[in-house]
Amino acid sequence: MKNSIAERVLDFLIKYPPFNLLNTKDLYEISKEVSIIYLEKGDVLFEKGDPAKSDFYMVRNGGVKLLHSTGDNTQEIINISDAGDVFGIRPLIAKENYKLSASANEESIVYAIPIDIFTSVTKNNASINKFLITAFATNAYDPYTTEVSGKIFVDYLPNSAHDIVNFQSANYTKNPVTCHVGSSLKDAAIKMRNHKIGCIIVIDDEEKPVGIITNSDIKNKIATGEFPIETPVSNIMSAPVISCKKGLTVADGQLLMIKHHIGHLCITKDGTVNTKLVGVLTHHDVLATLGNNPTVILKEIKRANRTKKLRAARLKANSLLKNYLEQNIPVGHIVKVITQINDAVTVRAIEIALKKMPTNPPVKFSWIALGSQGRKEQILFTDQDNAIIFEDVHEDQYEATQTYFLELAKLVTKSLNKVGFEYCEADMMASNPKWCMSISQWKGQFENWIYTPDEKAILLASIFFDFSPIYGEDTLAESLTETIYKALDQTSLFFKYLARDAIKYPSPLGFFKKFAVEKSAEQKDLFNIKNRTMMPLVDAARVLTLQQHIKGINNTPERYEQLAVLDPNNKALYHSCAYAFKALSKFKTKQGLLHNDSGKFIDIASLSKEEELKLRRCLKPVHDIQEILKIRFDLKNFM
Amino acid sequence: MKLFNWFSEEKKDYPEFWLTYIEGFKSKFNEDIKNTRFIAFDTETTGFDFNEDRVLSIGAVSFIDKKIEVNKSLEIYIQQDVFNPETVKIHGLLKNSKVEKLSELEALKAFLAYIKNDVLVAHHANFDRKMIDKMLERHGLGKLRNKFIDTGHLYKKSVHQIYKDDDLPYSLDELAKELNVPLVDRHTATGDALITALVFLKTLARLDKRKHLNWGYLLPK
Repeated sequence: MKNSIAERVLDFLIKYPPFNLLNTKDLYEISKEVSIIYLEKGDVLFEKGDPAKSDFYMVRNGGVKLLHSTGDNTQEIINISDAGDVFGIRPLIAKENYKLSASANEESIVYAIPIDIFTSVTKNNASINKFLITAFATNAYDPYTTEVSGKIFVDYLPNSAHDIVNFQSANYTKNPVTCHVGSSLKDAAIKMRNHKIGCIIVIDDEEKPVGIITNSDIKNKIATGEFPIETPVSNIMSAPVISCKKGLTVADGQLLMIKHHIGHLCITKDGTVNTKLVGVLTHHDVLATLGNNPTVILKEIKRANRTKKLRAARLKANSLLKNYLEQNIPVGHIVKVITQINDAVTVRAIEIALKKMPTNPPVKFSWIALGSQGRKEQILFTDQDNAIIFEDVHEDQYEATQTYFLELAKLVTKSLNKVGFEYCEADMMASNPKWCMSISQWKGQFENWIYTPDEKAILLASIFFDFSPIYGEDTLAESLTETIYKALDQTSLFFKYLARDAIKYPSPLGFFKKFAVEKSAEQKDLFNIKNRTMMPLVDAARVLTLQQHIKGINNTPERYEQLAVLDPNNKALYHSCAYAFKALSKFKTKQGLLHNDSGKFIDIASLSKEEELKLRRCLKPVHDIQEILKIRFDLKNFM
Repeated sequence: MKLFNWFSEEKKDYPEFWLTYIEGFKSKFNEDIKNTRFIAFDTETTGFDFNEDRVLSIGAVSFIDKKIEVNKSLEIYIQQDVFNPETVKIHGLLKNSKVEKLSELEALKAFLAYIKNDVLVAHHANFDRKMIDKMLERHGLGKLRNKFIDTGHLYKKSVHQIYKDDDLPYSLDELAKELNVPLVDRHTATGDALITALVFLKTLARLDKRKHLNWGYLLPK
């Protein structure tokens, strides 16, 4: 019987190693036996310690992360397999248990390929055997093997997490920017500026590296007047360069740099200066690999030219976050750092997307973040909420303009999703025509919500009123804010709706001072910390700041601090609300890191007595601020 | 007594494969969604007229718990006298192509043996269902008895309440694009069946998040 699906599986497999080494007939035998597995984000394929299954896997769409778990219950991402990557094969051949866990990093489709059929078809295939033998020849984690085998054996790694980082092959810059030894310093400097780099490699006619020029060479030898700016680069460069082979480990790279007091290593074809230059390893690259430092991460984000690199950089922020929490660094500071990183990721994703667009934007626009990112409260990966405001255009241009920005937004949201920010479940994203509009349309939309509030409007308001500009023309967002405040002056009904919404979850302490836990079957005995404690604080802060005409402050604790200044009668309460919110964020973040989710649900039973008391102390301000809202907006008869 | 007669009559007249099919529905319905076998299927036809047009090909994939096994898919081509050159440009099935073809009766036999009493999933399911029912009718058999899920309906239900009043016609192409399902082999029965299966699984995942995953929600009343 004809099997079209097997044919399509074959079309995909044949593009990637090791399947590209097989003939079509053999590969078809394999393709017929493949299973197609759909994975939701977080779905687990296998876990460390599980006995080997009968299938190995290849990613068809999406990404699957391989995690290395250590004794103390923490997990480290070793690799993310993307479309075409094979994983989970070594345990099957070596007949051992899985050494790593695999789970979907995003919604994915993977092919499960039975090892039996694979080995029976390939047993007489010399090139496949060679391929397998190379990978098994060394039991240690050999970065060179990973490279040639297309990451196929990445699922075998040494045991300690420390070793993994140090012996990881250093991620150097391929195709570095170079200048010819005969060019002038001025030309070299212009090249450096255009590429936004701090050093340039000088090469000869055969592309062999002969020297290097860094910013400090220019400072020390040109700016001091020692040489004119038209001088040949050979007068300025530091020479000779230190070279090494590709595939060198991070630890080796670092040692070489320390030994020679240098910040750059030239990677050449055979490791000596007598062969072609293939890359540069900088001190920054080493730091970036080891990198738990916000400056390094931010730099890496700004340099990322592909979504994959952006994702690698953003993932580092999570381990940074873990360290911060362990060191008890104030939550306010942590949030600021992570917000900056998240904003930088968004900006970079937009820049990458803009490059992919066929033309420049037809008019100016502003990319705005909504919800928690807009409030600058996003710590862990959460859903994306964003929108686009573009300048007004003539009526007959409107559709074309909107289409352009929708296309742009699609690229951006897709890339953010790849990085780890899930699509907004309610589709509140700039890629939705409803949330990608001209400034006049947006003003009309907000006025509509304010003048004729209903359930839907309030639901949306709680997300849209916390917008903040991330990229592009900030004045568009500012003019929208002004319109909103003007409209708010005309009506008081809207405030009543907002305030009523803010008290929809009553204080979570029940009659017997027990936590009101969730009733749904799956989340049994779990306390929804976000809905029950944080959102009431966020909602209350929003309605009060809107009423007080406070502009430009979206962050909840900061809103309370500002309210304390403007309304000194309730100063103590506002301060305790700000404090409670920060404490709750920390709770949620810790839980999220522990369970690798958003941290929304807390298992009350798992808390220590001290933690439970702390959590309980945060609930009083929630109750008190709700009482204030009831009185101030006269909600008694409006329920 | 009358009832008994009716049963014995059935046993006399109907072919064995139909009786086996019917027999399947006497056992209890599997309640657990995770262990349920779903069959996503699609038909390519000579047109949209239930009486005049004929089914040219049936494609189906089956899956349990998000896992689709390629060697357990079904791909049938049917010998028909009715031919409509107009629809060839959609499905590409020629009247005298070399591919191995079954008679309608053989096709039904294979299809029923494949679907058993499991849950059927199709996009705009009513059309495919009626087409198959008409096929059964031509051979003096009853209608399909399986539970049906329409991915178009289901997706509409999964849309967030904010957009509920948007009345969009959800074509398979649109859904696939929206849910990021690769569009390969569109307009071949098996290709569309696979796309439908993935669309269904992705929609289920969205429902699951909001704890809507139960039979009452999935199956239309």
